[in-house]
Amino acid sequence: MTLLLIALGAAIGAPLRYLTDRTVQAKHDSVFPWGTFSVNVAGSLLLGFLAGLPGDPAWTALLGTGFCGALTTYSTFSYETLRLTQDGFRFYALVNVIASVVAGLGAAGLGLLLAQAV
Amino acid sequence: MTERELADAERSGATRAPMDSDVDLHMPAVEAELRPSPWPVLSAISAGGVVGALSRYLVAQAWPHQSGGFPWSTFVVNVTGCFLIGVLMVVITEVVTGMPLLRPFAGVGLLGGYTTFSTYVVDIQRAAGAGAAWVALSYLALTLVCALLAVAAGTALTRAAVKGARR
Repeated sequence: MTLLLIALGAAIGAPLRYLTDRTVQAKHDSVFPWGTFSVNVAGSLLLGFLAGLPGDPAWTALLGTGFCGALTTYSTFSYETLRLTQDGFRFYALVNVIASVVAGLGAAGLGLLLAQAV
Repeated sequence: MTERELADAERSGATRAPMDSDVDLHMPAVEAELRPSPWPVLSAISAGGVVGALSRYLVAQAWPHQSGGFPWSTFVVNVTGCFLIGVLMVVITEVVTGMPLLRPFAGVGLLGGYTTFSTYVVDIQRAAGAGAAWVALSYLALTLVCALLAVAAGTALTRAAVKGARR
C-alpha cells in the first residue's frame, strides 16, 4: 500500500515540476533557473508542513515521499548550477546555490510553523 | 573555419552543457515537445518519476538514520542522482540523439523523482531541531559539494569515454 501511495504521489509530482518549469520559463526568460528554484521552495514548504503534523504513514507516503520527493529535484538543481558555471555565469551559480538552500530552509521552517498553528 | 576556430569549438563542445535537464525553452525540440499531444511526454515523466521515487524509498528503507544522525540514504541518493544526470545529459546530447522521450523519462522523471531537494532541507531542519547542529551543518555542506562534484564528474567522464570510443 505504501509503495502504491508513493507511486501515485510521484506520478503527479514529477510532471507537475515539468509543467511548472515550463510555465515559469515562458514568463521569465532569464539565465537564472527560476523554474527549478520555485518547485524546490514550494516542495520544501509542503514537506516542512507535513513534518510538523502528527505523522500519518499514508499521507507521508503519498504527499511526502511521493509528491514532494518527485516535485523537487537535486539532480536538475546541480546540473543547472554546473551549466551556469560553464556558461560563465559564476555569480548566478553561487546565487542559485545560496538562494535555493536559504529559501528552501526558510520555506520548510515556515511550513513547520504553519503546521504548529493549525 | 580556421584551425583556431575549430580548436575553440572543440574546447567549448568539450566543456559546455548544451541544454537543460528539465526544461529548456530555447531548444526548439523541447519547446515543441507537448505538441500535438502532451501525453507521451507527460506519461514518460510520470513513469520515470514513479520508478525514481520508489528507488529512493527503497534506499531509505534499507538505510534508516536515527533522529540527530547523519541522513546517509538521502545523501547517497542525491549524490548518485547528480552523477547520473551528468552521464545522461552527455549521452542524450552526444550519443543517443534520436530518442525524444529519453530526457523526459530518465532525466525529468527518473532522476528528478529519485533525487529530492525537499527531504534534503527537512533533514537539515530535523537534525538542527534534534540538537545535532554539527550534523545539520556538515550534511548541508557535504551534500552541496559532493553533488556539484558528482555532476561535473559524470559529465566529464562520460565526455572522455565518448571521445575515446570515437577515436
